[in-house]
Amino acid sequence: MSRLPPVSGEWIQRDRTLAFTFEGRRYAGFPGDTITSALLASGIDVLGRSFKYHRPRSVLSFANHDANIIVQRGTTPNVRADITPLTDGMALTPVNVHGSLARDKGRLLDHLSRFLPVGFYYKAFHTKQLFPKWESLIRFIGGLGIIDIKAERLTTAKRYDFCDVLVVGAGASGLSAALAAAEAGASVVVVDENAQAGGSAAYGLAGQPAGDAWQSLRARAAAHASIQIRTATTAAGYYADHWIPLVDDERITKLRARAVIISTGAYEQPAVFRNNDLPGVMLGSAARRLIHRYAVKPFNRVVVLAANEDGYRAALDFLAHGIEVAALVDLRATALPTENTRKLAACGIPIHTGHCIHEANGLDRVSSIVAVPFDDGYTDPGRAIHIDCDGVAMSVGWAPAAALLYQAGAGMRFDEAVGQFVPDHLPSGIFAAGRVNGIHGIDRKMADGAHAGLAAAMHLGLVPRRNLPAVPPETTCHSHPWPVFAHPQGKNFVDFDEDLQLKDFENAVQEGFDNIELMKRYTTAGMGPSQGKHSSMNAVRILARLRGEPIDAIGTTTSRPFFHPVPLSHLAGRGFVAERETPLHGRHVAAGAVLMPAGNWQRPEYYAIRGRTREQAICGEALAVRKGAGLIDVGTLGKIEISGPDAGAFLERIYTGRFANMRPGTTRYGVMLDEAAVIVDDGVVARLDEGRYYFTTTTSGSATVYRELGRLNTLWRMNCGIVNVTGHKAALNLAGPNSRKLLQSLTHSDLSEAAFPYLAAREFEVAGIAARVLRIGFVGELGYEIHVPADQGAVLWDALMTIGKSFGLRPFGVEAQRLLRLEKGHIIVSQDTDGLTTPDEAAVSWAVKMDKPFFVGQRSLAIIRKQPRRQQLAGFELEGPGAEGVRECHLIITDGIIAGRVTSVAWSPTLNKYIGLAMLATSLTAQGTPFWIRASGGRMVAARVVPTPFYDAGGLRQKPVQAMAEAA
Amino acid sequence: MKLMPCPVNGLRPVSEFFYWGEVRPMPDPDRCDDAAWADYVFNRNGAPGIKKEWWYHTPSGTWFIAERDTIRDEVLRTWLHASPEAEQQ
Repeated sequence: MSRLPPVSGEWIQRDRTLAFTFEGRRYAGFPGDTITSALLASGIDVLGRSFKYHRPRSVLSFANHDANIIVQRGTTPNVRADITPLTDGMALTPVNVHGSLARDKGRLLDHLSRFLPVGFYYKAFHTKQLFPKWESLIRFIGGLGIIDIKAERLTTAKRYDFCDVLVVGAGASGLSAALAAAEAGASVVVVDENAQAGGSAAYGLAGQPAGDAWQSLRARAAAHASIQIRTATTAAGYYADHWIPLVDDERITKLRARAVIISTGAYEQPAVFRNNDLPGVMLGSAARRLIHRYAVKPFNRVVVLAANEDGYRAALDFLAHGIEVAALVDLRATALPTENTRKLAACGIPIHTGHCIHEANGLDRVSSIVAVPFDDGYTDPGRAIHIDCDGVAMSVGWAPAAALLYQAGAGMRFDEAVGQFVPDHLPSGIFAAGRVNGIHGIDRKMADGAHAGLAAAMHLGLVPRRNLPAVPPETTCHSHPWPVFAHPQGKNFVDFDEDLQLKDFENAVQEGFDNIELMKRYTTAGMGPSQGKHSSMNAVRILARLRGEPIDAIGTTTSRPFFHPVPLSHLAGRGFVAERETPLHGRHVAAGAVLMPAGNWQRPEYYAIRGRTREQAICGEALAVRKGAGLIDVGTLGKIEISGPDAGAFLERIYTGRFANMRPGTTRYGVMLDEAAVIVDDGVVARLDEGRYYFTTTTSGSATVYRELGRLNTLWRMNCGIVNVTGHKAALNLAGPNSRKLLQSLTHSDLSEAAFPYLAAREFEVAGIAARVLRIGFVGELGYEIHVPADQGAVLWDALMTIGKSFGLRPFGVEAQRLLRLEKGHIIVSQDTDGLTTPDEAAVSWAVKMDKPFFVGQRSLAIIRKQPRRQQLAGFELEGPGAEGVRECHLIITDGIIAGRVTSVAWSPTLNKYIGLAMLATSLTAQGTPFWIRASGGRMVAARVVPTPFYDAGGLRQKPVQAMAEAA
Repeated sequence: MKLMPCPVNGLRPVSEFFYWGEVRPMPDPDRCDDAAWADYVFNRNGAPGIKKEWWYHTPSGTWFIAERDTIRDEVLRTWLHASPEAEQQ
């Protein structure tokens, strides 16, 4: 329409203009405008097309929920025009339009609407063959903005904040609440989705005496040191214990409050009449916001449809701003005799009480309406009054903006006296004030706010508890019980997002979807961008009437976060996935390591060599270990110290083996079970001295094992202490036939077989560093696991690598290690075992000592041992073609039935064949049994059970002297 | 996000905690029969109500017991296992 002369309190600054384009045409607006207000001021009637029928649409509520005025701005889709501030140079296009807004090809759908019945999707998709046709049609017609997948990637950091009291909504009640809480000593944050604080009072009271109290309230709240007012910010949801995401244009701030006051007000609700969606038909509050905030004249000659005092106030407001009021149509049989009704009558405005609007007419804008007598849903079209107008303002009722209250767990009930849902009971620390609490009228809202603010302060213990008299409930009904008018030709919209008409609800109920949640899903009412803020209440009223039940019996649909759409870029933000690196990480990278994740660690998979493939590099590393020497970083293993008189007894309770009788300076393999006797971890236990043990856990198990040991020690109260030194220590495994000679050149300690035999543990200096050295051999060669303080790890690595040059030393990665241990038939817990594997099945029964008094899993294992064994881990070799395609987790198929799975498989360069471990049905585990593995693509590969270890079955390479002694 | 009162560190976000499960006394493995043992190992009481549970504050390594009303999703109180406070119960 056009811009009014300056309006007192307007939000626009008229000293300069902002240029922007819409559909390629140039327009201008003022700083402070929103996109919608600037477009309306430029005289544009049609601002968008409806989602389904592509009907012309314009402003409905102008309250951040105008779902039909969504625009695209460059790569940003779905910009809400009614709330988004206008900026200089904006280039905007409408969405959901084929061609231009004025000549949208989709508008033909309006004439086909009878072929798009309610429950369309449910009905259409019954025929499978037609699905692709429907899909392409719906993809063409439906959808709003366009995602540009080449758009710049946004990483939005989140912010965290805290306060005593969060007030949601900066209207009269919210600001009063904030002030009362702040004066009682609370730190208060007030958020409001609007660009300025003040709420509806700014226009609701324009020119009326209570305005002074409100102005002073606003000034005092803004000036208070303990109150932060954050405008253009949405409280997007309520999460447990007062945890609220505050969403602004830039980011999400996760705010933790100690108490929350919901003073979110109410949404004005539309009336349902034929063509109630024509541009020019809008809510009374929308028209008044346009006038008072943006000085936009929404229409020249208006018909006001009223069912409450707000309608009369709006009519007087329009008159005061030079808008002709053609008539006021009041749904009520008689209007209450108030100052406003008298004033309006005195102006000579025709007032038609007991009437409704039967239909609005016009093409791209309303040009006339027809009013007819109306009595409790029954209209009398025979006595029609035709009125020419270019606008309709609807003030027939309110629905509380109670989404956050519902999410917080408040119980709501329908209060017939005030005509809306009100809180019945509130959760601890949650308070409601103002219209969301069923309190209307500026003075009463301010009193209700102050009451809530004080109650919150009392809840926080800031002021002594006393009885606070509540504001008495409303006696005036502000919402008409039935603002819904049937029309034989329909197009009386209930949901403007989804283009749902009255008959769609009637049909849904007839088809059996007569529960509010079912009706919502079947009709899609409230599922559009405004999420039912203008449709849910009318849908509830319609269902209540169709079922002949009170509104309380119908209830409302479940309210879930988010209350308002949140940009995905705000949500995606940055990730916080922790990644751990060992103290040697830099050395690995310098040596060309290809890294792989292992738990939350980064480990070298292998060290890349120019001109060699991954497989060649891994084979080379493995052969180096077998023939010369290799060095692997095992610092990711969990490393735990346990000390005290009960340390050995404690270990005996958590591991299956025996540890109390170990001699100091020795090591022993340990298997840990859960209470169901399933293997959960394994490692090596070293007894350092009488009262001190040091043991390792698997890389992925370290945190959980340490945690559970802490719990068991809390429960058992044994006399020992447990310290997790995983991060304190670097650990290297030096393995291979040359490892003793290599290590000997870095230490004065005697490494001879007699002085430092297999499975011994010693503490001595290596390269001048105090080290804990375990002579163990996971990879099946003479080997030393060297544990040193983390900050000495790189020094040790450098010393070993330097001296190692003359011993053929190569660093090796996780892949070579997996291959080497497979050649020895050593299991990897959680690769060769799963969540059901017992020690017997994993062939580590030798590490289980059942004659101990107790260990975790012992009782269950005793029961399991009474039953026939189902499966058993066994070694296999692959024979014939297709072997290279076999991978871990491929299935063993016997007689068409799954009889096991491959848990480890690799090409052994040492043995020159494919070897593996498989969990097999016990019927297949006899040596030499042939079986089939189904590889990728269904190819069957022949395999045969063979004994393990595949390599060096006598263990001669790890413990040559003992082995020779035994042989002798 | 919920808050959990750690008996040592006070009120902290629940993401800092690990939930283990309900406190369930272990039957004497030497005296109970196989069925009673299997019941202890495998069966959990999922019915909502007031529960005593093991919780762990990960950053500080603190195990404690929390009494929770799982109907109202409310933490009633927390204490260190076998602490004097618990002895009074």
